[in-house]
Amino acid sequence: MASLVEKEAGMSPLLEINDCTVAFGGLKAVSELNLSIHQGELMGLIGPNGAGKTTAFNLITGVYRPTDGEIRFDGRSIVGRRPYQITARGIARTFQNIRLFASLSVFDNVRAACNMHLRHGISHALWRGDAFAQEEKAVEDRVMELLEIFHLDHLCNAPSTGLPYGDQRRLEIVRALATRPKLLLLDEPAAGMNPTEKQELVRLIRFTQEKFKLAVLLVEHDMRVVMGICERIAVLDYGMKIAEGTPEEIRNNRKVIEAYLGE
Amino acid sequence: MNRPKTWLLVFVALIWAASWFQGAINPYYFDILITIGINIVLGVSLNLVNGYTGQFSLGHAGFMAVGAYVSAAMTIFLCPRWLAACGGGSTAESALFLGALVAGGFGAALAGLAVGVPSLRLKGDYLAIVTLGFGEIIRVMVQNTEAVGGSRGLSIPARETGLFTTYLAAALAVYVVVSLVHSTYGRGFLMVRDDEVAAEAMGINTTKYKVMAFVVGAFFAGIAGGLYAHFKQFIHPEGFGFLRSVDIVVIVILGGMGNTPGVILAAILLTILPEGLRALAALEALPVWLRGMIQNRMILYSLLLIGLMLTRPQGLFSGGGKWLRWWKRRQA
Repeated sequence: MASLVEKEAGMSPLLEINDCTVAFGGLKAVSELNLSIHQGELMGLIGPNGAGKTTAFNLITGVYRPTDGEIRFDGRSIVGRRPYQITARGIARTFQNIRLFASLSVFDNVRAACNMHLRHGISHALWRGDAFAQEEKAVEDRVMELLEIFHLDHLCNAPSTGLPYGDQRRLEIVRALATRPKLLLLDEPAAGMNPTEKQELVRLIRFTQEKFKLAVLLVEHDMRVVMGICERIAVLDYGMKIAEGTPEEIRNNRKVIEAYLGE
Repeated sequence: MNRPKTWLLVFVALIWAASWFQGAINPYYFDILITIGINIVLGVSLNLVNGYTGQFSLGHAGFMAVGAYVSAAMTIFLCPRWLAACGGGSTAESALFLGALVAGGFGAALAGLAVGVPSLRLKGDYLAIVTLGFGEIIRVMVQNTEAVGGSRGLSIPARETGLFTTYLAAALAVYVVVSLVHSTYGRGFLMVRDDEVAAEAMGINTTKYKVMAFVVGAFFAGIAGGLYAHFKQFIHPEGFGFLRSVDIVVIVILGGMGNTPGVILAAILLTILPEGLRALAALEALPVWLRGMIQNRMILYSLLLIGLMLTRPQGLFSGGGKWLRWWKRRQA
């Protein structure tokens, strides 16, 4: 496994969360969280409802600012950066409740996510010269390529919110990939899916990770999905990390069983 | 040369040709024609903010006022001196007028920047209230500035606005808005409108896009204000009040949020409508109460808006595709 090799070689992790706390008044949604994700690793983050998984997600993506602690991505601190700046550094995400751009087509949803890599300024957009046309063409080609990889190309002119649920999830992943991330955060991608769709999703996540050589952090409720694909799993409960390890270790961890099933 | 620019040039050439005959047009129709042009500039520019970017602004008349007063102050206080310095001539006069218009636009854009940066953190109703407040502040400020006539209003000596300048501004406003919308910026505007959280997560600096839409919108509102001032030759702070902003919002809503052709049509329709109603109200055959009601444009506007929201919330001219398909089916 690439990640193990890296760890042994002493390479620094891609994402490193050190002693992060998020407090809303007196409530600590996440407290003293330590988490590290290595290049090319598929990591799972699980926990019962209200354990702070989504807060941890919002922490990484810059929606919340840690009350205390440090987050480093690719060797640099990302604390206090706005979400769009963090995306520019190479962290992309999907949403628990699908947030596609409703008035844009499938194609434009993906194209819109390419925006931040475009160089042309307002004068190019107004003059509409050759440089502008070339860059637009390059983007269109890239979008089509991405859509083809994920078998959404035949739907490219369809309105995004008219797609079947599974395809919308897939489109969200494609859209996130269009920002050229190094780390992909998936927030409950299996929510609301039937078993067949879940199997399809597991295959899709594996495929994506290998094809684009990404690190993936997966927040998920569905144990079968998490256990099936994650190399390492961290468990949150009441904002604290209670366990971390391989799926096998987590399955047999007493604290985890307690948190999920009660004593 | 590509298509949008060709269209722009063809249109500009056409209005330039047409403007040679503007003296032959009946003054009443000429007035309506110019008002339509100004309303197109206002509607299309507000549509960039309210329609495409989804930021509900009620302060467009405020920006119009800034543009009107800045350009009027230029032509009254500065231009005569500059004109004397360069020896005069009608070409120099026209150039200075264009300069004054652009200065008015930039003044309004600056005001847009000053209002936009702090207030665009707000959403929906709150932003509407702040922009409404801004419009009122501008009005009261002008009212208390003696240098530009205060509450007495300001007279502009020469009628500089003509067919060419008005429709040049309209064409430019449409060109700029359409070009922006069909580029990365347009995608950014629509992303901000659809879902700000997701837009940020896709690497979009939402503040930048919102401020940009606001500033471009304000710039053209300023230009429209300058055109208005140099057409009516008299501006008054009361003329740029809340009701003027509402007039422009009605154009945008009637035309359809984020539908530029629709907004142009609505600007034309809503400029002609009061004139048509005036003619209707003059008909002796109608009962007096009905004639009184017809004369009050605001009552009709309100009814129109209520009816529109109930039956066509997407705007009168949006979703034209359906009718087009129906027409094609009939033809086939």
